[in-house]
Order: sequence, then C-alpha cells, then structure tokens
Amino acid sequence: MPESVTVEHIIEKYGGDREALVEILRDVSQAAGYVTPEDLATIAQRLGLPQSQVHSVASFYSLISLKPMGKHVIRFCQDAPCHVAGGREIWEALEQTLSIPFGATTADGQWTLLTTSCIGACSVGPVMMVDDEVYGNLTPGRVREILAQVGGGV
Amino acid sequence: MIRATILVSGDPHSLSRGAEEVKLAIEAELSFYGLENEIEVGFGGGVTRVDLSPSVSIYPEGVIYGPVKPADGAFIVEEHLYKGRVVEHLLAPSDGLVSGHLAALPAGKEGKRYAEKRVLLRRVGVIDPYSIEDYVAHDGYFALGQALTTMTPAEVLNVVRESGLQGRGGAGFPTGLKWSFVASRPETTRYVVCNADESEPGTFKDRMILEGDPHAVLEGMALAGYAVGAHEGWIYIRGEYVLSKERLEQAIHQAEELGVLGDDIMGSGFSFHIHVHAGAGAYVCGEETALLESMEGKRGTPRIRPPYPTVYGYHGLPTVVNNVETLANVPPIVLNGAAWYRTLGTKRSPGTKLYSVMGDVNVTGLIEVPMGITLREVVDIYAGGMKEGKTFKCAQTGGASGSIIPAALLDVPMDFASMAEQGAALGSGALLICGDDTDVVDLAYILVRFFKSESCGKCVPCRVGTAQMLEALDRLRQGYARSADLARLEQIANYAREASFCGLGQAAPVPILSGLRFFREEFEARLKV
Repeated sequence: MPESVTVEHIIEKYGGDREALVEILRDVSQAAGYVTPEDLATIAQRLGLPQSQVHSVASFYSLISLKPMGKHVIRFCQDAPCHVAGGREIWEALEQTLSIPFGATTADGQWTLLTTSCIGACSVGPVMMVDDEVYGNLTPGRVREILAQVGGGV
Repeated sequence: MIRATILVSGDPHSLSRGAEEVKLAIEAELSFYGLENEIEVGFGGGVTRVDLSPSVSIYPEGVIYGPVKPADGAFIVEEHLYKGRVVEHLLAPSDGLVSGHLAALPAGKEGKRYAEKRVLLRRVGVIDPYSIEDYVAHDGYFALGQALTTMTPAEVLNVVRESGLQGRGGAGFPTGLKWSFVASRPETTRYVVCNADESEPGTFKDRMILEGDPHAVLEGMALAGYAVGAHEGWIYIRGEYVLSKERLEQAIHQAEELGVLGDDIMGSGFSFHIHVHAGAGAYVCGEETALLESMEGKRGTPRIRPPYPTVYGYHGLPTVVNNVETLANVPPIVLNGAAWYRTLGTKRSPGTKLYSVMGDVNVTGLIEVPMGITLREVVDIYAGGMKEGKTFKCAQTGGASGSIIPAALLDVPMDFASMAEQGAALGSGALLICGDDTDVVDLAYILVRFFKSESCGKCVPCRVGTAQMLEALDRLRQGYARSADLARLEQIANYAREASFCGLGQAAPVPILSGLRFFREEFEARLKV
C-alpha cells in the first residue's frame, strides 16, 4: 500500500478534524515508522493548517517520529524507580548488545534504541517496551534473550 | 453451557512474570480433560500486588490463586475444575485481597500484616474488565441509577462536596468545590475531562483502575457530568497505555449498548457521551491546561492560569478536569453517602489513597489504604519491611515532582495537609523506598534529567534552568564542583521554583532543594576542595 494512501486514510478516519492533528500524526508515525516531510505537507494541506504548525506539533511528542525508525523500537525507561532497581546495567547491556548508543538505529535498520519516561510498570523495574510489549524484571541476560526472540537473532 | 470462568491476571506486572504461559498451560490442561467447552479462560485485571502475580481467579466461586506458575495452572485445572477441590497451598493469602471467597481480614493485629481498605480496588482483579455484566453484578452503575432517579444534580454535587473528596492527581484540590465552579457558570455547554495521562515516574495506580475496572471511571464521569450539567466527556489517556485504551473503548461501547451511557440514560432524560483521546508521549500533558491544548490538536504547552479550566477549559468552555482515581471515588460516595466516606481516612483528607510502592522493600505493588497512615506503616506492614541487609534512608514520594524525604518524617500521617506542613508532597502516591546505599546526589541527577527531557520549552526558568541544574549536578557527581558551584545550583533551583510557568518547572528543582534540605552533607562531600 503506497504511503500516501495510508496518510489519506488516516486523515479520513478522523474526518479531517484539525483537533485530531496529534492523533493523526501519531497514527501515521506508527503505521509508517515515521512522518515524512511529504506527509507533513499532505496533512497540513488537508487540515488547512500552516506546515510550520504541523511540524511544530509533530516535533513536540515523543511517540511521533520525524526520522526513519528501525523495524523494532526499544523504549527503555530511564526514570528513578527503574534506575534504583539496577537500570544502569540494563542501559549498558542494550548499548553493548546492539552496538549503538541511545537515540540511534542499527545499520541494518532492525533496531532503534530510545529512552522513555515512566511506562507505569515500576514495581517490576527495570522495564523496557519493545514495540507495544512491556518487559520487566530485566537483567542483562534477559535483555539478550528478548532481543534474540523478538529479532530472530541479533 | 459455560459453568466456570478462569481469569488470569493480565496487567504488565503479571505478563512480565509469565501470565501468558500460565494461561497457555491452563488452556492445554482444559483441553486435555475435554473441559474447553464448559470453562472459559481470559485475561483479567491484576491483583495489584506483585508478589501474588500472576494470579488466577476462578468464578463463580471467587477463589483467587497466586502467585501461579504454569505448572500450578495445570494443577489447578486438574484439582479445582476437574476434581472439584480447592488447591489450598496455592491460594493467595487473604490479607490484601478481597473477593467473595477471601474476605478482608479485620485490621490491626500486632505483628501481622494489616488488611488493606479496598474501596477503589474492590473489583480490580476480581471482575472481568471486559464484562459489563460483571461490573453491574458488583454494584456497578447503581450509583448512577440512584442519582438519576432519586437525586437532583445539586444533590449529587452536595454529597461529593460534603464527602471532603480531594483531587487525587497530586494537588488535593477539593473536588466538590471544583465541580461547583463549573456548575455555576453561565455557559450551558460544559465538559468533563478525565486526566488519564498518568506519567509521573513510579506511578501506576490509574493504569490499574483503567485496566482492572474501566467502568468505574465511566460511571464517575457520568456522575460528574450530571452534577455539573455536562453532556460530553473525554478521557485523555497516555499514548503508551495501549491496553488501557482498548479496555476503555470496549467498556464505553458496552455501556452505550446497555443504555447506561449515551442518550437518555436509563430513561432519565440525561444524556452523556464519553470519548477517548490518546496522547502521543509528553509528560507535561498531565498538567491540565497542557492536556486541554493537546486535546485541541496543539503542542502540549500549558496555558496561563487563571482563568482555570473550570472557567476557560476545552474549547474555552467550563471544564471539570479530574484524575482517574478521583473519579473512581465518586460512585461509592454517591452510593454510600458522605458520612460513610468520612469514616475513612483523616478529618482533613477523608477516604482511601492508592500508593504504588517500589524500591528496596520486600513487597512492591499497588496498595489501597486509608489516608493518614504513616510511611513507616507502609514500609513495615504493607511492604513487608526493608529488603534483607538494607535500612531505610529516604523515600521519594509523589513521583519525580514529589520530594525526597528522610527517616525523620517516617511517622508523619500521610494526607495532603500533613505532608504539606512538613514541606513534603503526597503527590501522585508513588513511594520509592530507598535503602542506605542510595546515592542522593545521583538520585537528584536522575530526577532532574527527567524534567530536562520533559520540559516543554515554553518558559526560560524551566527550559534553561533544568539544563543548568543538570549540568551542575553532573559536575558535582563527577567531583569537579566547588562550593561556589553548589551555591549557584541552589540559587538556580530557587529561581526555577519561583519563576517557572507551570507545575513541571516548579517541581523540577524540588529533588535538589529537598535533597539539600535533608542530606546537605552528601552534596558537600562531593565537592572538590
């Protein structure tokens, strides 16, 4: 399915409502991995908004990406409860296993490594989300297992 | 013909502890015994205590097992459902759990863990969150029915006002008073917004309600709508809470089909519609005016207040913005009355409070206890004491925007006013318990880093202040800071506290200020001499 169709379809789903801008952008980002400059232009035109405003909103929210993302997105919680529960070790294990720093995408386009604020699973910290799944009670060993499982081998 | 229902707890805590495998094991065993057509299996809410997760509840008996491993799940099928015997050794301990089978223990025996007081969580983990019939069978929509048929809107508002309910989002503002501001506005179009943008680090209370008992929130919103004369409500939910959103949407659909939401509810002539609006990842959207901006499709930057949302809210119209936990309090208050509610908690803060307990304690998870119990009671009794070899050093209360509090405050009753008198905040109810090996400077660094990344950038004291504070803390952490740097850090922290536009920027320096107040020597020990 061409991307432009997806964007049109998503705008249509919200009835072209300007108030749904945040939701439209998030849905586009989720469907295509990120929002392209062309998508921004289409959305701006269809909602009758200046492109600058659409860009400004898109760049504000962490679940809306303006850069290509890996096939799988890891969001690691870096807040206090997970930190106290041993988060730093997990942070290092993720960087080492994937050989990329936080904020980056692996060269093969498989993984993007991001931090996130609290995802509300603190009592099983440290916690990360891989795509839509939450994984808790992480240890460096378990991180490697999960990555192998989700990615079919790293 | 279905003769029994099995619910495996399906909250994130349980899922990360193998709930999926338990469900698979149960399903396999059911088909081994040929029971798959008479017994249904599904995911339910969590029992909220991590040490009892994953749990397995069996209905109609209301027996709760926990924690359950996959092999236990198979055994439960064989013993309980095939042979008809309760598996005693796998039963969840009855303290802290309430169901038809496991009644709450009376509180207060010396040396024994106290039973929780479950008002808001009484259905969580007990009912099937996907079943409106289950909710109705547990007093669901009774309060709404009672209000619509026997009470005027003013009477509903009055009960809430007299109950003394305070907002559970963190600030503790009297809910009845907030509602009365909206009810008295000349504009006839008014809105109710449920703030479900729970993103305070360490807080997962709203998630447990939304996922375990979604109808309770809908009923609370409908009652709020009736009381203030609103006909439309929105739930602004975190973009990351995928499961909560799915369960809410399903619940709204069921409630409309049953006629307890939508047009002409229960034939009363009162109409109330609820929509779900998902966020896209921004902590600041938990601030009510930023939330409204985001709902209108804009960047989530806070508005200047006043005017407050009660006057100028969604679309510039009077809007009640209440937290999930606050709204979940409303149906039991309307059903049982203000006098009953005031028997719970303290005189200044009636009711119960949800706390998410984590850190260096033996039992982590969500608890519901009366307002006014002390931190010492939470640690020693509900959390089963400190982990072996650890002693209590400090607690981070109320999430990142709360305060770091020392052992000296362990015996302060936790309610909004008493905590405020000590210069501490109850906040969202997150309690991160830290043992003696906790580095307070490092903790402050982590907390300020959070605010720096979440600052919306609208005002300078927050945008620049968080960056400068973080840099100074990092220098201190690395051992490069001199005493002038520490003085400067304190000064910037005070500026940010005083001059920031919204609660986020005002809260950002609190970890530093409360850290310095109670643990100054640890900051000074890191200085380069």
